[in-house]
Amino acid sequence: MPASRLTDVSTIACLFFIFLVPLAAAGLALMNVGLGRSRSAGHMMMASLCALAVAGIAYFVCGFSWQGYIGGPGHSLLLSGKSWNWIAAEPFLFRKFTFDGSTASLTALFQMFCVGLAALIPLGSGADRWRLRASCLSTGVLAAFTYPLFAHWVWGGGWLAGLGANYGIGRGFLDVGGAASIQAVGGLTALAVTWILGPRRGKYSADGMAPAIPGHNAVLVLFGCVLALIGWIGINSAGAILFTGAEASAAALIAINTLLAASASALTAAIITKVRFGKPDASLTANGWVAGLVASSASCAFVSPAEAVVIGSIAGAIVTFSIEWFELRMEVDDPGGAVSVHAVGGIWGLLALGVFGQFQRPVLNIAGDLPSAMSGIDGTVSGQWLAQLIGVATLLGFVLPLTYGLNLLLNRLYPFRVSVEGERQGMDLHELGAGAYPEFVTHTDEFLPR
Amino acid sequence: MKVAGFLMLLAGWFLVLAAIVLFAAAPLRIAFVLIGFAVEVLGLTFAFRSHLIPREDQR
Repeated sequence: MPASRLTDVSTIACLFFIFLVPLAAAGLALMNVGLGRSRSAGHMMMASLCALAVAGIAYFVCGFSWQGYIGGPGHSLLLSGKSWNWIAAEPFLFRKFTFDGSTASLTALFQMFCVGLAALIPLGSGADRWRLRASCLSTGVLAAFTYPLFAHWVWGGGWLAGLGANYGIGRGFLDVGGAASIQAVGGLTALAVTWILGPRRGKYSADGMAPAIPGHNAVLVLFGCVLALIGWIGINSAGAILFTGAEASAAALIAINTLLAASASALTAAIITKVRFGKPDASLTANGWVAGLVASSASCAFVSPAEAVVIGSIAGAIVTFSIEWFELRMEVDDPGGAVSVHAVGGIWGLLALGVFGQFQRPVLNIAGDLPSAMSGIDGTVSGQWLAQLIGVATLLGFVLPLTYGLNLLLNRLYPFRVSVEGERQGMDLHELGAGAYPEFVTHTDEFLPR
Repeated sequence: MKVAGFLMLLAGWFLVLAAIVLFAAAPLRIAFVLIGFAVEVLGLTFAFRSHLIPREDQR
């Protein structure tokens, strides 16, 4: 099947939005740095850069060939007379792939950035103790296999996207801007990595207390939030154009919904922390902001601004309590809050689409412009919540065991956790040989009498 | 308990897949999807509990 094309206006708009996506990666990297310790700040930034590089290369080598695009070649199983497209069949290394401005080539470009964003998420949970080479190995597996496989099911015309056309379940699993494919996959990988690494030394004492280990730079964290907003507007808008057939003109609504969800979520987190602790907490408010962005990703093209505010508010409340619950009750030491923000926030966003989603226009979800994919465009098809629930069940029941198993195997081959001495010394000095803030180091010879 | 938790996650997902394939009637399909999801939640609980740190190892 020849690759479909967008209109010229949509192509230019889509390119513009795709070029905003790296700002989301920059924002997440800054947040991860700020929420970690100062003695591991340089290491975290280095790990972020390496993760982006490894993810891009791994996705180029084999990731895209397994993810594919809507209408592209794929392997299918035949179950009860229905086709279950489970993996794409593109050649490796972008061979025989033409970058001609088609939807397929824009998808390839978009995914190169998105996979890097997904790879940054687990870094926040492994801060202060995850070795650089181990994080690169884990990123390679994520970008080469886990991410492309699930993204194919959702964005490549796979079986989750086809639930509507094949089984009449809503319009199939919908995920406009990657709440599942990017955020929840990254967040669940973060959970797996946190489990494998264990908590930082000194995080949990024998008497059951869990002292807070505050981030070292709130300015970086909050500036990262602003960058993330710009990047997220790009992700959500480009995703809506590429994967749901939205016109470029829909970008205004999408950007407004994205901003409103983030704002409502951050304010909710600030209010909750103010009420509970007496003062608003900067790191939880920042996590609330990103949780609102994450939750907005699933549904930004299909909800009204008022509904985006509701979705964001709930996301902010969920994440505020979720971070505390994971840290204190489940003993998940997640310095960046990645599990709560990206996994829990993403899952909430996906379910919210099933609850709040309104479909006023055709939804391009599977097999490009085939008329059969346009069934149920009048807004009367029920069961969208069921399609979203099936997608969430797939994330929990397939992606989590898969990413945990793969990372556990990698950990056996090359241990993830830094040595006790390295953790005490700090990742910067131990792994990079120099700190991120050398001017803060006190050299005793500077105080010797001359 | 860790292995049991992850096996239950997988089992719950297979229940969800089976519900899609085997049942055309919406009520039955919804019921089985919900049951599969409940099994996953149980598996997730096991997985979390199996990763709690033993008191003697906390430092």
